[in-house]
Amino acid sequence: MSEQALVHAEHLYRYYSQTCAVNDVSFDLYKGDVLGFLGPNGAGKSTTMQMLTGNLAPSAGQISIQGIDLLDRPKAAKHAVGYLPEQPPVYRELTVDEYLHYCARLNRIPRKRRLRAIDTARERCGLEDVGARLIGNLSKGYQQRVGIAQAIIHTPAVVILDEPTVGLDPIQIREIRALIRELGKEHGIILSTHILPEVQATCNRVQIIHHGKLVFSDTMAGLEQRMHATSLIAGFHATPDLAALQQLPGVAQTEVLDAGRVRIRYLDASPAEALAELAAASHWRLHELTPEQHTLEQIFIELTCSEQPARLPGNAA
Amino acid sequence: MIFTIAGRELRSLFLSPLAWAILAVVQFILAYLFLSQLESWMLLQPRLAALESAPGVADIVIAPLLADAAVILLLITPLVTMRVLSEERRNRTLSLLFSAPISMTEIVVGKYLGVLGFFLILLALLALMPLSLAAGTDLDFGKLAAGLLGLTLVLAAFAAIGLSMSALTAQPTVAAVTTFGLLLLLWIIDWAGNAGSHAGNLLAQLSMLRHYEPLLQGLFNSADVAYYLLIIILFLGFSIRRLDADRLQH
Repeated sequence: MSEQALVHAEHLYRYYSQTCAVNDVSFDLYKGDVLGFLGPNGAGKSTTMQMLTGNLAPSAGQISIQGIDLLDRPKAAKHAVGYLPEQPPVYRELTVDEYLHYCARLNRIPRKRRLRAIDTARERCGLEDVGARLIGNLSKGYQQRVGIAQAIIHTPAVVILDEPTVGLDPIQIREIRALIRELGKEHGIILSTHILPEVQATCNRVQIIHHGKLVFSDTMAGLEQRMHATSLIAGFHATPDLAALQQLPGVAQTEVLDAGRVRIRYLDASPAEALAELAAASHWRLHELTPEQHTLEQIFIELTCSEQPARLPGNAA
Repeated sequence: MIFTIAGRELRSLFLSPLAWAILAVVQFILAYLFLSQLESWMLLQPRLAALESAPGVADIVIAPLLADAAVILLLITPLVTMRVLSEERRNRTLSLLFSAPISMTEIVVGKYLGVLGFFLILLALLALMPLSLAAGTDLDFGKLAAGLLGLTLVLAAFAAIGLSMSALTAQPTVAAVTTFGLLLLLWIIDWAGNAGSHAGNLLAQLSMLRHYEPLLQGLFNSADVAYYLLIIILFLGFSIRRLDADRLQH
């Protein structure tokens, strides 16, 4: 891509004494990307995010934000980053307005634009009604929103959100997801989560990290391709003739499950129609025929539960 | 940017009842000491009037008051400085500062100035007491100024030490205890060692009290001022290094 990457991470490593928390992670983030960072607990998601925001120095590797090296020129690079850590970094003794004002000043928003920036952030995160309230008295969901407002107040090119929807109610979650999608139009967004539907709802790119390694990296479209059904489950009251099933066009493999159920793996087109006809003709008393969907969850579990994670094509090298 | 952080620090101090309580208690105790010094001066005054070049009100009232104030503030400082950085670390709000486009030095100096601002307010309230004597008697303003400068420097050094202890830990109480220990040690460090010996001289050089006393007597010695400035720079530098280490190792 000729466009400059908003975030460019190259061979990141991070050790905590002997433990390797992040192991050779490299990726690029472009404008318009909403990148979902998935992984089980302790996989290294938060560590990676802390490194990208300058909260943690990598043991080895390079990070540049909009082409500015984060380690050499941290001040310039951090201008372009907004970060919401796992725990929103809010001061309980301040009101929402005071806090956002402070954040605006910390991020060096010029005085003239400050009030507008605060208004915009407040509006985007639905905080208009609580401006005068103490953050300590707000519910967890509202504190989370204040945290998000803080991260986007200076309209950074890159917004990094560590589990942004934790502690929110379902309506708020929907609002925040909509906000993330909207932000994704003008910014580059990285969000970590272990809520899989969230990734499907908001992201256009997915990366799965496991034991500190990037084990999967693809666009949402590529992921959907992988999620396409490649098998059928058929249930029969009578015992079917497996050899006859095997003869159907496109069937690659059959596998007998419990109680007259058979899993039929196929290659290109679904043999469902032919199977139904055959079953009717042979009186196998077909009562169930379901295409098996690969969910993101299955892919996730497949990748993170195996001892030797397979490197998949499409991985950023 | 430094002043943004300093301003917030100062405001946060006054948002908790702690700052008000400290101001009230310190002012009350010092007022009591001030009055008792004043009373003894009233008793002595007829006899002093007969003496030639007798010690004035600055020597008998103000110098002891400021000396006592330093000791009281030695006890109070840990309470003011303990939460400055450790609480931010504990509440995970440090990452707000770390991800903003500001350097570690700005964070530390900003925090320091915030605490210093509080101490200057305290000092201004304190200075009103000796200044009130100017209404009824001739004050030696030179001595008063030297004494106040001395107390300012002592407090500035206390604040720097307190801040660096607060940078060390995520537990405010641990920061308070270590600050108190270090301050007390530096205060009394010259108790060990004979005055004449080499080691004794070295320890005397390290003692905060030894550098404070000349200023109370109205002696402005640049070595004493330099001592306090060095302490401040040393401990602020240490705090910056410590915060930076947060990013490097865990």
